[in-house]
Amino acid sequence: MRLLEAIGRMVLRLLEEIGRFFQMLGRAAAWAVRPPYDVAEHVRQMVRVGVDSIPVVFLTTLFTGMVLALQTYNGFARFHAEDFVGSVVALSLCRELSPVLTALMVTGRVGSSMAAELGTMRVTEQIDALTALGTEPVQYLVVPRVSASILMMPLLVVLGDAVGMYGGYLVAVQLLGANPVTYVENSFQFLEVSDVTSGIVKAAFFGLIFANVACVRGYFTEGGAEGVGRSTTRAVVSGSLAILFADFFLTKLLF
Amino acid sequence: MSRRAGAPDPSGSVPKIRVENLRKSFHGKVVLDGVDLSIAKGESLVVVGPSGTGKSVLLKHMIGLVCPDSGKVYIDGQDFWAISDSERTSVRRKFGMSFQEGALFDSMTVFDNVAFPLRRSGRPPDEVRRRVRECLDMVHLPNVEGKSPSELSGGMRRRVGFARAIAHQPEILLFDEPNTGLDPIMTDVIDEVILELKQRLDPTIATITHHMESARKIGDRIALLHGGRILYEAPPDEFLRSDNPAVRQFVEGRAEGPLTVEFEREIKSAASEGA
Repeated sequence: MRLLEAIGRMVLRLLEEIGRFFQMLGRAAAWAVRPPYDVAEHVRQMVRVGVDSIPVVFLTTLFTGMVLALQTYNGFARFHAEDFVGSVVALSLCRELSPVLTALMVTGRVGSSMAAELGTMRVTEQIDALTALGTEPVQYLVVPRVSASILMMPLLVVLGDAVGMYGGYLVAVQLLGANPVTYVENSFQFLEVSDVTSGIVKAAFFGLIFANVACVRGYFTEGGAEGVGRSTTRAVVSGSLAILFADFFLTKLLF
Repeated sequence: MSRRAGAPDPSGSVPKIRVENLRKSFHGKVVLDGVDLSIAKGESLVVVGPSGTGKSVLLKHMIGLVCPDSGKVYIDGQDFWAISDSERTSVRRKFGMSFQEGALFDSMTVFDNVAFPLRRSGRPPDEVRRRVRECLDMVHLPNVEGKSPSELSGGMRRRVGFARAIAHQPEILLFDEPNTGLDPIMTDVIDEVILELKQRLDPTIATITHHMESARKIGDRIALLHGGRILYEAPPDEFLRSDNPAVRQFVEGRAEGPLTVEFEREIKSAASEGA
């Protein structure tokens, strides 16, 4: 009986979280179109999500591309298909690895800080103060964060695609002695525009998911410093999980 | 209470704020259990009561930061929860609220904090600068504009909070525990600032505190909140002289009395649950 109860409670909590997610999304969408438009705040968030994440995304995708080339080269060498390493690296990066890994890294870096910031503002009554000053907190805090993430994630992923492919090239050509011309040719021969765009569309969705999860977690924080810590952890865990779930279904449905 | 909701007082004027039969519970614990209260235009009401009796919750109901479970809140005779979202936002602009710890935006300087409501309502930069300076002067805090809230002392943070609350010239001021956690001198300074604001701006004021001395100084009327209801309300002198046992206990600051009976019962029940 205890077990059933625990399962029931877990399901209820999950449903509640999903409800909050979509409720917040609806409120943010409704407030996004109303004036005043706070351009400075939008730009600030875009810098925070986009520009400040460049080093992390750069390193993550560079090493992913490098290790991908290393692994596939070793495997493909067994049946003399080394020439196709470039294709595999390009395809898997653009379609899957660059969007997902970028999203996970940015969730850890930016999602956690968004949840901590909003959570602290909640427990120190700064969110109440916003409301009291006649400003809608969802419009002032959530809209710029979510829209900046939707806009910047695709750009980060394009960067990730390029850097990852370059990493693969470096390893294959410099380290493993592949022919540079064939490598580059094969990289692009099987790569279609839709491979890149599918990654970009996914990235926009991931941006929406992690930012909204982080904002919901922060916005509904309860219980002082401990509560802020809990919100931050949950923002990263549920954000990352939601991205992985969404990744499967988006890939299955759309592409 | 036979009068129609939000109808004029017997004196003929609509109260600035009117709270009717307000009930609110959090996680099954009843905090407000039928509060009735009204504040006339230009009046200063102080709500006192022991810690944890829901004073802050009552204040937050007045400005609509908390939605009541049942009961009504009227601002200028207008039912606060019967109007649309954007109307509510504009009714909120009639208010200026100061929070317990100041609740200053810590990502901004003092200047930007005070300028916030002005900029949001689209005032030109010149006017914003002039008004911010004016407001900081009114709370006796010149030369702190460039500082960040973390560089200020507790008393200064509250005063910056006051300056931010009055910047957009609100008709109603709410003070949530303006001098809790401050030393006696700073407590008096804060009281003086509130009195000055009262004289200069003639707002309607609702303050919550548990300092009897402050309540006596800044209130035209004092109300005692306990057990989710207003137990007693009267002008300061009458309040201090009252022989209501709960009021006497609070005024004299005794540990034993009607206010602590319930508190002790709660402790006992918590202890027996734990056992």
